[in-house]
Amino acid sequence: MVPVEYYIILSAILFTIGVLGVLVRRNALVIFMSVELMLNAANLAFVAFARAHEVAAGASLFDGQIFVFFVIAVAAAEVAVGLALIVEIFKSKHSIDVDQMSSLKG
Amino acid sequence: MHLSEPLTTGFFFLAPWVVFFPLIGLLINIILGGRLPERAIGWIASAASGASFIVSVLLAWSLAAGGGHAVSVPFAEWIHIGNLKLDWTFRVDSLSSTMMLVVSGVGTLIHIYAIGYMHEDVRFKRDPGRFRRFFVFLNLFIAAMMILVSGDSYLMLFVGWEGVGLCSFLLIGFWYEMDTLGRPSWANSNAAKKAFITNRIGDFGFLIAGFIMFWAFGTFQFDEVFEQVHAIAPGIILAITLFMLVGVTGKSAQIPLYIWLPDAMAGPTPVSALIHAATMVTAGVYLIARSAPLYSSVPEAQNIVALVGALTALFAATIALGQYDIKRVLAYSTISQLGFMVSAVGMGAYVAGMFHLVTHAFFKALLFLSAGSVILGLERGHHHAEGAHGGDHGKGRKKAGKKKVESGHEAHGYDEHGEVFDPGDMRNMGGLRKTMPITFWLYVIGALALAGIFPLAGFWSKDEILLDARLHHPTVYWLLTVAAFFTAFYMGRQIWMVFFGEPRHQAAAHAEESKPIITAPLMVLAALSVVGGALNLPFEGFHHLGHWLEHTLHEVEALPLNLQVAGISTVLAILAILLSWFIYGRNPLKANQPDPLKRTLGFLFTGMENKWYVDELYQAIVVNPFVKLSHFLAETIDEKFWHDWFHEKVIAGTYNWLSNIALDRYADQRGIDALANGLGVWTQNLSVALRKIQNGFVRSYALSVLLGVVFILGYLILK
Repeated sequence: MVPVEYYIILSAILFTIGVLGVLVRRNALVIFMSVELMLNAANLAFVAFARAHEVAAGASLFDGQIFVFFVIAVAAAEVAVGLALIVEIFKSKHSIDVDQMSSLKG
Repeated sequence: MHLSEPLTTGFFFLAPWVVFFPLIGLLINIILGGRLPERAIGWIASAASGASFIVSVLLAWSLAAGGGHAVSVPFAEWIHIGNLKLDWTFRVDSLSSTMMLVVSGVGTLIHIYAIGYMHEDVRFKRDPGRFRRFFVFLNLFIAAMMILVSGDSYLMLFVGWEGVGLCSFLLIGFWYEMDTLGRPSWANSNAAKKAFITNRIGDFGFLIAGFIMFWAFGTFQFDEVFEQVHAIAPGIILAITLFMLVGVTGKSAQIPLYIWLPDAMAGPTPVSALIHAATMVTAGVYLIARSAPLYSSVPEAQNIVALVGALTALFAATIALGQYDIKRVLAYSTISQLGFMVSAVGMGAYVAGMFHLVTHAFFKALLFLSAGSVILGLERGHHHAEGAHGGDHGKGRKKAGKKKVESGHEAHGYDEHGEVFDPGDMRNMGGLRKTMPITFWLYVIGALALAGIFPLAGFWSKDEILLDARLHHPTVYWLLTVAAFFTAFYMGRQIWMVFFGEPRHQAAAHAEESKPIITAPLMVLAALSVVGGALNLPFEGFHHLGHWLEHTLHEVEALPLNLQVAGISTVLAILAILLSWFIYGRNPLKANQPDPLKRTLGFLFTGMENKWYVDELYQAIVVNPFVKLSHFLAETIDEKFWHDWFHEKVIAGTYNWLSNIALDRYADQRGIDALANGLGVWTQNLSVALRKIQNGFVRSYALSVLLGVVFILGYLILK
């Protein structure tokens, strides 16, 4: 069985890639993809820990998996709202560069 | 204390009414007088004064019935502070009741006279509205004088003392906007001010005496003060009595403060008679008689009082010789007679002084009121004369009657030559014996009483004073005897000038006798002037006034008639009258002819005519330096020093400096402003700094979130 650390390391790498993607990329779609990446890194960590916990406890426990379903559902909703916003922003600004969305700066 | 007489017997409970009847009278006239006719106003005032007289009679009767013991009637609590108790208590004893009878009795007669007199006076002076004011003042005077004589402490006496001073001021300045001839001028109000201010100097002396008295005795109450006289150092009593004498010289017109009384003749004639001859000016004599135990214990003070009185008597009599105004002669005569009274009470002859006070009230009121009648007669005559000139001689009288009514619209007092006619100037008179016979006889009675001719009232009272002086004080005796000679002379001069010879002016030729309302009170006074001497005849068993006052004054000596003194004074008086006939009666004065005495006496007469230049002297040594000092104080001290320098430079300057430099620049600008503005600036700077965080870049916000998460997680892990 693959040790749980491997999953965690993979999850951390994915999360870091997601964070860097959010921080360095300006394209809103790419940022969204990076956010998805972070969410999925978290999902990976959830199922990995859930599996390890199940094994350690010797009973079938689904708490972690159920959390992941919630996260997937919320992520889907978030993407729906976010894509709608991006479409509307693109309609007015003809661009989805997030650095140009700075009307609220102080 | 001899206040043991119970209040239940007699009419003593009525005592406060001697003050309150006149007050009620004046209130009625103030409130309702505007709607009442003249006569009603006058009679209400007279009735108020008369009621006061009736109460005085009842009080005197009760007093006599009760054996003459002094009675105190507590009336009101005034000031109670700790142990200090100052109450308004009426004191009824033989001395105060004598004064009450004189004040209200003579006062009532003068009120009645004034109804007639003021009726014509307000018509002549063209201001009928003042009729009511006059009677209100007159009643106020009676009330104040009653407070003065009925108080049982020096404090209540002082209250009345100031009250009569106020009434004197108000009534001297009654025609305040004109002079005595009715021309627009401030002469009358200046005379009123002169009287008031001169009296203020005297009152200051009285006040100081009061302060010393309270410091030494601890009380103002007469009996309590007199009980302690022997326990107090004579020096202190001497100071009290001498300061009191200053008050007396002011109120009773003695040297050196007598100067206000002649000018006080600016007031209407009833005022001159009531206030400036019969009652108010005798308050000083009453004060000394009242303070007899104080004065009797310091012979030095008595000496000074006697000398001041005697000198005043002589000095004023010499001035009276050279006056032309009928009222001014009487004014100086009053000063002179007051001098007689003051020297009498100064010598300890309190009964003689009070006796002369009473008889003088009768005959001097008579003389003043008769002089008023003469003046009215001349004013009427003046209008007749003008009327006669204006038209047909046959109709002159009728026309003149109309003229009087119309006179409200024409210039008053000027005759056809445009000269001012002075109805009080004796040089305008002459021959009034035929036109005003009643007034003439009344005047002669008053003059003979004043001159001290047997058996009129003045003879007895004056002789009593002379006799006391003869026994106690030779200097005073000779001064007074000479003064008595002058008295007879100037009264003779007046009679010859006014009533004998030929009229020296149209007005005198057309003069008309006064109405009965004016002459009736005069007849009563004349009767009193004739028989007034019976109050205290110098024979065994006839010292009525002496025995009466003995209850209050204790040390009374009843002197028998001294034929030598009486003989000398009578002979001198008759000689003086003969001399005056020789000079003024034998060859009556012609119009515009100078006084014959001027030729004989030369510069002496000029001195008398000009009142020995005392007014000018006072002007030079008191008034002018005072005015200069006032100017100096006002212009230099007040304006330049206090205002320009101290207020503007020092106070305002310091304030400006403080507020501009110290407070504004440092405390306000650098302290409070810095705090308030600094807070704002600091907030702005902070917000500028913080605003940089809000750069609008989504990714930098994301970075912040990341850093926050890292920080919190780091904290949680490494905790």
